[in-house]
Amino acid sequence: MNSAVIETRDLTKVYGKTKALNGLDLVVERGEIFGFLGPNGAGKTTTCRVLTTLTKPTSGSAAVSGFDVVKQAVQAKSGMGVVAQHTNVDGELSVYANLKLHGMLHKMPPWLRETRISELLEFVGLAQRRNDPARQLSGGLKRRLMIARALLHNPSVLFLDEPTVGLDAQTRRRIWDLIRRSHQAGVTIMLTTHYIEEAEALCHRVGIIDSGKLIALDSPANLLASSGTHVVEEVGGQGRSWFFESREKASRRAAEMEDTVMIRRANLEDVFIRLTGRKVRP
Amino acid sequence: MSGVWAVFYRELLILRSRLGRQMANYAISPLLYIIAFGWGMGRGVTMEGVDYLAYMLPGLLALSSMSRSFSISSEINIARFYWHTFEEFQTAPLSPAAIVLGEVLGGVVRGFLAAAVVAALALVSGVGLHFGAGLFAGVFLNCFLFASAAVLAAMMVRTHADQSNLTGFIITPMTFLCGTFFSLDKLPGWASAAIETLPLTHASHFIRASALGQPTPWLSLVVLASYGCVFFLMAVWQVRKASI
Repeated sequence: MNSAVIETRDLTKVYGKTKALNGLDLVVERGEIFGFLGPNGAGKTTTCRVLTTLTKPTSGSAAVSGFDVVKQAVQAKSGMGVVAQHTNVDGELSVYANLKLHGMLHKMPPWLRETRISELLEFVGLAQRRNDPARQLSGGLKRRLMIARALLHNPSVLFLDEPTVGLDAQTRRRIWDLIRRSHQAGVTIMLTTHYIEEAEALCHRVGIIDSGKLIALDSPANLLASSGTHVVEEVGGQGRSWFFESREKASRRAAEMEDTVMIRRANLEDVFIRLTGRKVRP
Repeated sequence: MSGVWAVFYRELLILRSRLGRQMANYAISPLLYIIAFGWGMGRGVTMEGVDYLAYMLPGLLALSSMSRSFSISSEINIARFYWHTFEEFQTAPLSPAAIVLGEVLGGVVRGFLAAAVVAALALVSGVGLHFGAGLFAGVFLNCFLFASAAVLAAMMVRTHADQSNLTGFIITPMTFLCGTFFSLDKLPGWASAAIETLPLTHASHFIRASALGQPTPWLSLVVLASYGCVFFLMAVWQVRKASI
């Protein structure tokens, strides 16, 4: 049995003269939390939109749960939950009505829908706000409602496009907790992010994307090992950095340098810098 | 069908939450037309052998149901580009036809509510109209075709400004030209022939004939049904094009 839940082959999306996706080949296995890391405009959201059937690819193919997202869009959509980057809860409806509508759109039988709504309102901590208009929720609570909504119909794969963008640190950690718990419940997760710490904290594998191309793909640990686990970074000046496979080697090099430098552990931002010469967050 | 009901259900929930304001809003324009054109300018005037107010009110039924059915266009536009709530439909396992039909039914309900307000104003004004199956069919077809056109328009335009232009260039001229307030016989032949091609003209003909108990203009029924089918299919095509 094919364990790939998401598969793209030579996926390309062109907007006018801009190639948002440039021959993307990607496989996400069942049970993974897969992170797509890259700066704004790298192609993360376009990938998400193609995979969730919101945007038609220019060429190439993409499949979710074995269904082609263009030719078998309805079947592909049955098994996916989507949390968009922008807040898209229906503000005029209550929290409950947002979930009920989603269940109806996914053709859930009423008894199952009501059971799942109660479970998920508890899961995301919104049970007390059940009858409140969604517009009255804070940004973080709306995001939690979006996650509950996306999980309502028991999808096998959950797409999260920048799930914590614009949220404070505490709320971000609550969302991370929800993502981990969703994964423990058996959901394969694909998330896009430009937060380094988010990718490192959550993902089993990370794909680094830049200018529509996948430039690295591995576990966070392997990606760090490939570029060097420790960094000697110039303080002031040009802010140059050098990568080493151990702290000892980094210390020896730092001792030889005349400028003021600091030694720190490498992160995925460093991997991105080594690969592209630029930062993920400008 | 459950997908159609889900989309329609959402529109009903939204409508219910604003029902009082909406109904009051639906009454304002017809009331102004009745006062200005019916009681003010039209007192003592006859049109095609009928008292002017009785002539105008079926036209107002057509006009009001058209404009309220078409008003879903701007709401869909806002749902697409401002609130992004339309994505909830697009990422659900629904066919484009189910999305369009659910939205169109929402538009039809709005159109019927607006028609009901005009009918109530007619009763208050002392104008007796025939509320039969013909009138119901005419209003339904009118609402269906303009709600379909609304979905089509909402999926084609990209900005709220374009949406507003569409109303300004297409809906507003039809409001005044399509036999709502005066007989097309009063226009030059070429103008009358051009206006006869517009759907609101046939809605006015059909609804007026039904409401006043005149012989049924079957051609208008066929034209309305044809426009409805074409707009609906084009809307389905546009929804399919807008997503995958």
